[in-house]
Amino acid sequence: MNRRVVFPNKLLPYLLVAPQIAITSVFFFWPAFQAVRQSLYRDDPFGFSSRFVGLDNFEMVLSDPAYINSLQVTVVFSLSVAVVALVAALLLAVMADRVVAGKGIYRTLLIWPYAVAPAIAGMLWLFLFSPAMGTLAVMLRDLGIDWNPLLRGDQAMAMVVGAAAWKQISYNFLFFLAGLQAIPKSLIEAAAIDGAGPARRFWTIVFPLLSPTTFFLLVVNTVYAFFDTFGIIHAVTGGGPGKSTETLVYKVYNDGFVNLNLGASSAQSVILMVIVIALTVIQFKYVERRVHYA
Amino acid sequence: MHRIHATLAASAFALVAMAGTTAVPAQAQTEIQWWHAMAGANNETVENLAKEFNATQSDYKVVPVYKGTYPETLNAGIAAFRARQPPHIIQVFDVGTGVMMGAKSAIKPIADVMKEGGQTFNKSDYLSGIVSYYSAADGTMLSFPFNSSSPVLYYNKASFRKAGLDPETPPKTWPEAFEFAKKIKASGQSCGMTSTWLTWIHLENFSAWNNLPYATDQNGLNSLTPELKINGPLNIRHFQTLAELQKDGTFQYGGRTSEAKAKFLNSECAMMPESSGGIGDMVKAGMDFGIGSLPYYPEAAGAPQNTIPGGASLWVFAGKPAADYKGVAQFFTFLSKTDVQARLHQVSGYLPATMAAYEQSKKDGFYEKNPGREIPIKQMMGKEPTENSKGVRTVNLPQVRDIQNEEIEALLNGKQDAKTALDNAVRRSNAAIKEAAKAYQ
Repeated sequence: MNRRVVFPNKLLPYLLVAPQIAITSVFFFWPAFQAVRQSLYRDDPFGFSSRFVGLDNFEMVLSDPAYINSLQVTVVFSLSVAVVALVAALLLAVMADRVVAGKGIYRTLLIWPYAVAPAIAGMLWLFLFSPAMGTLAVMLRDLGIDWNPLLRGDQAMAMVVGAAAWKQISYNFLFFLAGLQAIPKSLIEAAAIDGAGPARRFWTIVFPLLSPTTFFLLVVNTVYAFFDTFGIIHAVTGGGPGKSTETLVYKVYNDGFVNLNLGASSAQSVILMVIVIALTVIQFKYVERRVHYA
Repeated sequence: MHRIHATLAASAFALVAMAGTTAVPAQAQTEIQWWHAMAGANNETVENLAKEFNATQSDYKVVPVYKGTYPETLNAGIAAFRARQPPHIIQVFDVGTGVMMGAKSAIKPIADVMKEGGQTFNKSDYLSGIVSYYSAADGTMLSFPFNSSSPVLYYNKASFRKAGLDPETPPKTWPEAFEFAKKIKASGQSCGMTSTWLTWIHLENFSAWNNLPYATDQNGLNSLTPELKINGPLNIRHFQTLAELQKDGTFQYGGRTSEAKAKFLNSECAMMPESSGGIGDMVKAGMDFGIGSLPYYPEAAGAPQNTIPGGASLWVFAGKPAADYKGVAQFFTFLSKTDVQARLHQVSGYLPATMAAYEQSKKDGFYEKNPGREIPIKQMMGKEPTENSKGVRTVNLPQVRDIQNEEIEALLNGKQDAKTALDNAVRRSNAAIKEAAKAYQ
């Protein structure tokens, strides 16, 4: 079944991919190259003096306790987002898979949040949980919880994790639902006839068969939490209180655009680039192959 | 990372596109680009000012462009300068002043702009406290004081009445203010006091108002590497008190910038030190509020001294054709006109830039009709500024403020005491200042 499409013209394929290559070069390769170059220099904000400093910027960044803190924050944040988003999505997918009446409505509603822009999602959560005016903040306080994410780092973290995970649940939901539908009904029926209850059927048949999907989503969610949550953090906490929600990406922005230290900021960008390349390699090597098992 | 790079690339692209449009003027008129950060009602004011100026003459056309928040506008200006396409005029917030001053060859002092543009310009026409803040060490005025503000104490009169306090007598000193806050809390209300901008109000202005040094080298005005002095006994006492009051909710922290305003507007907190430029929201909310001076400590020698300006000023980029600067100079003369300044001041709550506009507002009876509105001017002008109260400057003040905010947040959360917090803030800020100054040496 290995059908290959062969273009009659040798030039045509290159012409067809040219726009994509042009866009990638302008918007990715060129800035990436600039970041690498910039990370070796020390500039004043206006660019009057540019001094080659070798790896000084990297040394400074890696020996900065704030950077180590930011690394820890990122790990906690990313894992929390991935776990919360995966568990919630799996639960919803299993439920939605069983629904017969009004299936389309449930699914549409569950996929909806994915279309919301990160900054808007952030604002939404901010309004709900803002200590001064948030509806849910008032409820929490009525329950006797000392809700003050402006000063309490753990609560601020919970808030950004909630907002970021909420946005990602839809995506995960789609994949889990597709994964569930690809599981042969005969397997589950056979287990049922052998006397396995719903919980046992889930843990011994459904969950293992879903594991390639889960692993794929874990990587995607981690990458999402690493790189695509800037808008949410910017809108909800701005990295505070203290530095308790300052992730690596947020620190790149803060050091470069607020503190105007372009060299250090670029060095952090380069480190992030290495991390994302590593994550992508893992995904291609171990996940991509197995996820299309069906 | 992709996002940031994409934004960078996109803004570079926008710059190129814009260069295309400015290079081909439609008429013989010279366009003057004015980048600003005024949103909402203040945006309308900016648009109207440009329209009015454009209608008075036909040689120049001032084009205001909204560039986002204050930091975003500054960054857009810096990026444009690096791409050799800066605007003529850019609005830079108070804490960006050090950044602009550090970039000596990027900017053209407005004193020079006015002189070369053939406009009469007299420094003494402008409010003295503001002039000195926006001047170089040798006295050359560097930027145009477009919108200056001063922190004042807003208070809710209904809350005062409920607590048995006289609604016409705001507290004068900090000990009094804390006493009032406790009484308000004790009368069953949710919160006695909150505050916007803790760094600007409780550190920078706190030092100036109590005539204490904020940093060495005249608060950094004549050095690139000043060392902060914000961990003195009075600073420690002030923040320790705030932290103790935070515990039972007598004082309630609301955020790093002006987020706390929500707590005042919904009557949760009865008192709030805030910028005079923030009055619009209180008026719009229809609150029964009063304005008092920023509190001080009676123990501090010479207190109350004077406050230092917040808000923003207009900077002129260097490297434009001489003819363009003529237009810029004409525009600044227009902005300085007494009726324009008086109107700006009365509508927005920002300080008038010129003495004449102040006199005009007095003559109009504006302050009698609007009690409290003269307070920010008196705070700024009441006394000749001392070494401690001319202003505060470091090349990276936004970063220094972030560091201070982080330590203060840890203090108010009960993780450390005031002495530790302020000592840490000093140590970390000094290191950051030294690091940032390296780029200028």
